[in-house]
Amino acid sequence: MTPLSSYMILSAIVFVIGVVGVLIRRNIIMILLSIELMLNATNINFVAFSYYLDNIAGQVFVFFALTVAAAEVAVGLAIIIALYRGKATIAAEELNLMKW
Amino acid sequence: MGSLSFLYFGTVIVLTAILVVALRKPVSSVIALLVMFFHIAGLFVTLHAEFLAAVQIIVYAGAILVLYLFVVMLLNVKEDDSYQQQFRLGMGLGLLALAEVVYIVSAAGLPEAPVREPAAPAAIVGNTETVGRALYTTYLFPFEVASLILLVAMIGAILMAKKGIMGPEPKETE
Repeated sequence: MTPLSSYMILSAIVFVIGVVGVLIRRNIIMILLSIELMLNATNINFVAFSYYLDNIAGQVFVFFALTVAAAEVAVGLAIIIALYRGKATIAAEELNLMKW
Repeated sequence: MGSLSFLYFGTVIVLTAILVVALRKPVSSVIALLVMFFHIAGLFVTLHAEFLAAVQIIVYAGAILVLYLFVVMLLNVKEDDSYQQQFRLGMGLGLLALAEVVYIVSAAGLPEAPVREPAAPAAIVGNTETVGRALYTTYLFPFEVASLILLVAMIGAILMAKKGIMGPEPKETE
């Protein structure tokens, strides 16, 4: 059997890849995709712990993470469409109105 | 057998995750993410979370990714999808975090986590039934709150994607 730590390491690696993606991509859609990566990494962790601790709560929590991910995608993509309509760009560094 | 399937799913998940971040075209990234979601669903099956595996494919691969593809193709952005200027900084931070994980694993040597034997009782009841019971009894209130979140997200998405609601817009030719 695979030990629990393997799942945690896999989840950590995927999460770090997501963080790097948020940091290095310019396209806002790609940034949202990287956030999906991070959410999935946490889901792997939840399901692995749910299995090894024999507690169904972990799987129920993945459900709620899924709900929030769906809501985030719907609202985020709506924001991107509104942005593109107003500014004709979705590059992250050109949208600096509220930066400083 | 168990560790072999983990090895396969884990390798593909990590590789496709790197592809998602590294590929230049958004459409290719979305396709790579699709492959990754399927393999995460496979990982869930090996962890005896069959219902979540199905939901993972239906919701993530079926709904969320299609929405992404839809927006990517709708906007059809003609600009170079290169990386940010802080490319080095981002990679450095990522390597730092990865080194941290490696250090923790090698130095602390992770206490031998509870290695579970294949569960007999859970298999009799069935995963879907177990999840359903927990969801509609213990977690009934969070469940209702989740539906509220979805409702608010739906209203918000409609409001924001609608024309002419975010303040006065320049004259559009229609």
